[in-house]
Amino acid sequence: MLTNKRLILAHFWLAFIVFAVALVLGAWQMFVRSPLNAWHFNPELYYRSVTAHGSAMGYVFPTLIAMGFGYAITEASLEKPLVGRRWAWVGFLLVAVGAVVAMVPVSLGLASVLYTFYPPMIGNPFYYIGVVMVVVGSWIWVALTSINFTIWKRDNPGKPVPLPMFANVAGSYLWGWTAVGAALEILLQILPVALGFKSTIDAGLARVFFSWTLHAIVYFWLMPTYIAYYTIFPRAIGGRLYSDAMARISFILFVVVAMPIGVHHLFADPQVGAGFKFMHSAFTGLVALPTLLTVFTICASAEIASRLRGGRGAFGWITALPWSNPIMLATALSLVMLGFGGAGGLINMSYQLDASVHNTQWITGHFHLIFGGAIVIMYFAIAYDLWPHLTGRALESFGLMRAQLWLWFIGMIVTTFPWHYVGILGMPRRMAFYDYANPAISPQAFSVVVSAIGGFILLVSGILFMLVLIRGQFGTRGEAGAYRFSVPLHMPARIPVALNSFGLWLALMIGLTVVNYGFPIAQLMVLNETSVPAVYVGASR
Amino acid sequence: MSDQPLVSLRNPWFVAGVGITVGIAAFSAVVGLIWLPLAQPDLKLSGIWDAICSAAGVPRATVQDASIKPEFRTSNVVMTSEMLTKPDQVSIGRGATLSQRCAICHGPQGVSDANSPNLAGQFAAVTYKELNDFKAGARVSVVMSPFAAAISDQDMKDVAAYYAYLPRVPSNNLNAGLPAPAIVVTGAPMRNIPPCGSCHGDIDNKAGSPWLGGQSAVYIKAQLQSLASGARRNDISQQMRNVARQMTPEEIDQAARYYAAQP
Repeated sequence: MLTNKRLILAHFWLAFIVFAVALVLGAWQMFVRSPLNAWHFNPELYYRSVTAHGSAMGYVFPTLIAMGFGYAITEASLEKPLVGRRWAWVGFLLVAVGAVVAMVPVSLGLASVLYTFYPPMIGNPFYYIGVVMVVVGSWIWVALTSINFTIWKRDNPGKPVPLPMFANVAGSYLWGWTAVGAALEILLQILPVALGFKSTIDAGLARVFFSWTLHAIVYFWLMPTYIAYYTIFPRAIGGRLYSDAMARISFILFVVVAMPIGVHHLFADPQVGAGFKFMHSAFTGLVALPTLLTVFTICASAEIASRLRGGRGAFGWITALPWSNPIMLATALSLVMLGFGGAGGLINMSYQLDASVHNTQWITGHFHLIFGGAIVIMYFAIAYDLWPHLTGRALESFGLMRAQLWLWFIGMIVTTFPWHYVGILGMPRRMAFYDYANPAISPQAFSVVVSAIGGFILLVSGILFMLVLIRGQFGTRGEAGAYRFSVPLHMPARIPVALNSFGLWLALMIGLTVVNYGFPIAQLMVLNETSVPAVYVGASR
Repeated sequence: MSDQPLVSLRNPWFVAGVGITVGIAAFSAVVGLIWLPLAQPDLKLSGIWDAICSAAGVPRATVQDASIKPEFRTSNVVMTSEMLTKPDQVSIGRGATLSQRCAICHGPQGVSDANSPNLAGQFAAVTYKELNDFKAGARVSVVMSPFAAAISDQDMKDVAAYYAYLPRVPSNNLNAGLPAPAIVVTGAPMRNIPPCGSCHGDIDNKAGSPWLGGQSAVYIKAQLQSLASGARRNDISQQMRNVARQMTPEEIDQAARYYAAQP
């Protein structure tokens, strides 16, 4: 039962428009720093573009997807209209206005600090204010999700919360808490300097605060994807979810251990002790667990669907899957990319292996494969699945959808595999120009060209995607029926209270944050003489 | 089961959830804060508390008297790019007289075929530094060390000025057409070797780096080998030892033969 279709559609459309713009910038970046481009542009433009690309893809696009999909889940799974519709619009407007406020100084070249801020670089204050507005807008969604969840539980005592809503609440709580790190960094450290009240900044402490956000934000991006795996995929291919409890445990594990692990981004930083780096590394290893559970459950669900369709044999059932179904295709391709990306992630989290890839193009390749690949391809699938219910018009171009998904997969592999490789060769990230005539760098030139070609394939796929959605707005009218989620193999009548509530898991999440971050943050706050002069970006010299 | 209290020792989810989380946190803390630091041989720790503080990243004041002194003499010459670049005529004249002592090996005009370095046209700072290092014991040679032992600072400057004043004489093995080997032109970046030419001429010259054109190939090769083995260690901040250790015997040969054939 989707009643606020305009609200949900507005989130999705704004998300995909932002995505399309940022995708063009990304393809341009791949091109200008490749050997295909003769060196004749201002490198500042590159950093401007990277800042815009990262901020749009990292903060605005996935946040809007999570919010829009989240509202859809709230209404469809709880089967009642959203409580707080006006507030939801306020949140949307905050995100939309915040995105514009942030992008204006970036476009003017006044905030080319890259989306991870990198103090002591300091840009125009409006960039940070815009980002804060986006985060505050998303916190309204967090609050509304929690309120709707609480009201439903009060009205339905003892009944299990529907899995989609349970997962949606898990994602929103994770985001609510993990965004606190970056918010503290911006409000306490960056904005006072950007506004001119201070001229020095504790860059080490700022990086620790940002790492609080930086890793779990990826799991926040991942949440809609995992929700789609568990609650859309089995239904879309005509099967059943293998285990409802396994799904809940996976989402709970994300809530508990996705956050207190961010210091593995700071392995090369001197301001955090080696002991805490080890502890974060250990918990990062644990976060592979919910992903492994998910891969198992989803493959088992696919097997159930296949056997229902008459699939046979130990592996023969794979051929009986409905491969022409875009959701089937997207999920399979997503899992392949998740596998490669996850393996790369295990390398990044190991202290010794990280040393050889830290700050190289390997890292950029890694997070594009995970986020741009495994996660975003499921955003496409969510849009394809939800669109007819939102627009009241059928999506008919299945061939186009399959071509788009295949192109996205191929493009992402062609982009990121050579990207990883040049990282192993030692190519640093965050650089606008590489002298490929230098004999030390020239062996990387071919791989960078291949990678840039992958970027263009992704651009074509992105254009096809927009085309499918736009055609969907003008398709034949038809009632799509009520939006439904997949049904588990064994529908739980009663479930343990721990799998139906978040109190315990939020307490563990906050407790682990205190254990893993408390001392490093407290120590850096107490230490004197740890601040460095700010470097103002875009200031007149 | 939903009416069961969440926070209760009779709720297995509570016991398992809290127990496993606390267990992993405690285990990783013990390993990361105690066991791993104590297992590191180079980390001088006085006990468990010291290990915890060290692994937690508590800054520790360095002990002043604990600095390590090498068991060998190091160069006491402070090299600058301006050093000894403006000689006066008196100094050059005195140097010409003093250099008669050197002529038996280095030749009356600073050039010889004795496989000892040709000094004619060498940068004054280079000659001065080597003499100084021989005197201080930072560089050792059975021939040069006794010569340098009694020489005064002013005498060293004068000799260096005289040899810098002499014109470079084309090598007897001159073969300017010899193609420059890769090690000279590009170095080996994957092994951290910068191009020879970036310090020793051709591409650029850096303070304290000798001009190598026309030097004896036998001499260059011997020096690279002794730098690689650590027998010679008066290079500033181990620059040449780090390079020489990474060079292959073929590259040492190529560089030596190339420079011997240059003007």
